Amino acid sequence: MQSKKLWLVLGLLTIIALLIAACGGAAETPAAGGEEGGAAPAETEEAPAGGEATPAEETGGVSIPEPEEGMFNVAFVYVGPIGDAGWTYAHNEGREYLEANVEGVHTVYLESIPEGADADRVMRGLARKGFDAIIATSFGFQFGMPEIAAEYPDVAFLHVSGFLKNDTNFGNLFGAMEQAKYVAGMIAGARAKEDGSNRVGFIAPWPIAEVIRLGNALTMGVRETCPECEVDIRWIFTWFDPDKEIQAAQSLLDAGATVVVTGADTPGPVQAAGERGLWGIAYDSDTSCSAAPESCLTVPYWNWGVAYAQFAEEVKAGTWQPSDWYMGAEEGIVGVLGITKGEFPDAVPDWVIPLAQEKWDKMTSGEITRFDLFTGPIYDNKGNLVVPEGVTLTQEDLEGLDQATIDSFGLDREACTICMNWLVEGFVPDAQIPAMPEG
Amino acid sequence: MSTGTEGLVSGNPGPRSWRVKIERRLEQPRWLMWISPIILILAALAVGAVLLSIVGVDPRLAYSRIFSAAFGTPAGWLRGEIYPLSDTTVKATPLILTGVGVALAFRMRMWNIGAEGQLFIGAWATTGVALHLLSPETSPWIMIPAMMLAGFLGGALYGAIPGVLKAWLNVNEIITTLMLNYVAIFFNNYFIYGPWALRGFGLSPRFPRNAWLPRLMDLSDRFPIFRGLTAHLGILFGVAAVVVVWYILKYTKWGYEIRVIGDNPEAARYAGMNLKRNIVLVMMVSGGLAGLAGMSELSGVVHLLQERFSPGYGFTAIIIAWLAKLNPWGVILVSYLFGGLLVGGDQIQPFGIVQMLNGIILFVVIGGELLLQYRVRILRPERIVERAAEASGS
Repeated sequence: MQSKKLWLVLGLLTIIALLIAACGGAAETPAAGGEEGGAAPAETEEAPAGGEATPAEETGGVSIPEPEEGMFNVAFVYVGPIGDAGWTYAHNEGREYLEANVEGVHTVYLESIPEGADADRVMRGLARKGFDAIIATSFGFQFGMPEIAAEYPDVAFLHVSGFLKNDTNFGNLFGAMEQAKYVAGMIAGARAKEDGSNRVGFIAPWPIAEVIRLGNALTMGVRETCPECEVDIRWIFTWFDPDKEIQAAQSLLDAGATVVVTGADTPGPVQAAGERGLWGIAYDSDTSCSAAPESCLTVPYWNWGVAYAQFAEEVKAGTWQPSDWYMGAEEGIVGVLGITKGEFPDAVPDWVIPLAQEKWDKMTSGEITRFDLFTGPIYDNKGNLVVPEGVTLTQEDLEGLDQATIDSFGLDREACTICMNWLVEGFVPDAQIPAMPEG
Repeated sequence: MSTGTEGLVSGNPGPRSWRVKIERRLEQPRWLMWISPIILILAALAVGAVLLSIVGVDPRLAYSRIFSAAFGTPAGWLRGEIYPLSDTTVKATPLILTGVGVALAFRMRMWNIGAEGQLFIGAWATTGVALHLLSPETSPWIMIPAMMLAGFLGGALYGAIPGVLKAWLNVNEIITTLMLNYVAIFFNNYFIYGPWALRGFGLSPRFPRNAWLPRLMDLSDRFPIFRGLTAHLGILFGVAAVVVVWYILKYTKWGYEIRVIGDNPEAARYAGMNLKRNIVLVMMVSGGLAGLAGMSELSGVVHLLQERFSPGYGFTAIIIAWLAKLNPWGVILVSYLFGGLLVGGDQIQPFGIVQMLNGIILFVVIGGELLLQYRVRILRPERIVERAAEASGS
């Protein structure tokens, strides 16, 4: 016979367990290690500490995600909540664009799905329910997809930000954000020059090729309008952590930067700069500036809708071919607030606006591609020649796709030779990439 | 059964004070013990239905979707659609293994709330064997048992630490097991971002095929009905663990010792039972089962070591053990219920609604359970006086 004490202690423990499970749930953020993975804690519903309210009309209310008879049904699987004011928010805008612009398309979404086994189960469930296409938007979602795509050959699978694919019904997608970051860098450089600080700060989420590539493009942009400027860097090892992002911004400002450019998800760093009467550049979504419009010089943002619309049209027409699909400014997948929509705030020096506009026009006309940005001679921040005169980096170089990764996943691609693991000239000389584990 | 209402007017209650008493019900009929969870779950669903209506979802539709996603429908079963059961089985597997381990430790009143950490260490040891110790060509007949052994031993040794500390230094195991959870999780992170990392993504490389537990879908060539079903052999580990723990507790001398130590450690000591040895042993078996859960989750589902591959199975195990009233067979039932809740949860968006629903169900079930076990009485001053008079009169 158990006595009452046993049950009291058990009851207390259960309460502790509930608390831990609740906190554990929050800690259960999607694996943050992925390129663009881990956008937000699994169960926060509210917008990040940036304080930006989630636009209610965008969320579409409560729903049960099911296909609709007679429609072309597309399901989106998100890693974060659509109210994150960043990565997932931008994808959800893309979903709305798709539904509004392609005839006969019905879309649903599932948010805050943890990477790994849960995502696999969710995607299988959607395929069984009869969705025609499934779009998964976090790096870690890709690993289960080859198997699921083989099980459901009639469903088209599109993955964003990864490198896996098959020949029939599973492709991947990414875009040349480096172009938009370059133009944003030109604006940052101009502002730092006007301020006389000659110093820009960059918040780097993870020491991976994507982040390094974007930081390098940004820095080259800074140096175009402000050759004497230097770019300082802080590594924060997360995509989404409002506190760390703000601390990194403050540290950069303390070190003398007057413009902070974030590579992470929330607009917090821009607000932190605004509180000191200084400037920031946000990331991910065209609404990221709305939290602090006066101090937010611009946002390089994603415009996923154009890709999603094209994908749906092609799958409907039966012409879609899975590929390593990489769109650029030409196709409109990236944009720069102030140029592609909206206006620059007064803080952007007048003289840089035509320069930025001209550069952007060359990018959208196809005159300056991502490869043109990464054509030698390019030196690193220690003075070594990394890309010799006349040499252009390959797509694999840009993605830092090394032999170990290619072998590990059986990819049919060449290994990178000048892999994206160096910081370009213009970063402060003592800036380094933290130890990257060898695969 | 030492408790009764008499004991409750303890000390010298001032005759004018109001008092709130929580007291254990003296008589709880056996049928109530088994029927109460069902009543409570129905009550929780009713509260949830109100919530769903408020946010604008038809509760009947929502519940039928959740239920059919978690367990299927009779019509679906007839058509051969058994994937909901398969999905729920996948979720229930780690819950059963950790749940039965926790229940065993709790039976001896070793409050092991470190199952999550033990699960992580088991998973870590499993990964070491699958990726680094054995060659990828190793036969599955050697590979899988070696991984099972590694998982169990990893969890067992990790569970032994608080056991030893408790046995010889009388260190409170609630604190140590809780804290060791975080140590284990960060230990794991070190390896997947460091020595075992794949390009810094927070993942280890994928396990070789020979290190995968067989899944139902592997049989789909012969049985097309199994296409896409991810239930894996780990569920049999879970059932086996339940049988073994039940048998130990019920029929062995060791199980008898565990029960006696749990109910009355002083008596156990007088009877010459070795408390120290039993504390360490029970913690090792409890941790070992959690470690085996980590092995089965990696080898059967994830196929690599990942940051946060467990959404807190080891913590949920505490709730499961409690709701199962520490009965190993009950653990299976409750684990399936929780697994179904997790699986069916995707059926409503946004995500927060389901989280809230899960919270309400847990709260009502657990809160209601306490109310059934105990009753709350508010004693007015007069009654205390009366009863004091009664007490002195008798």
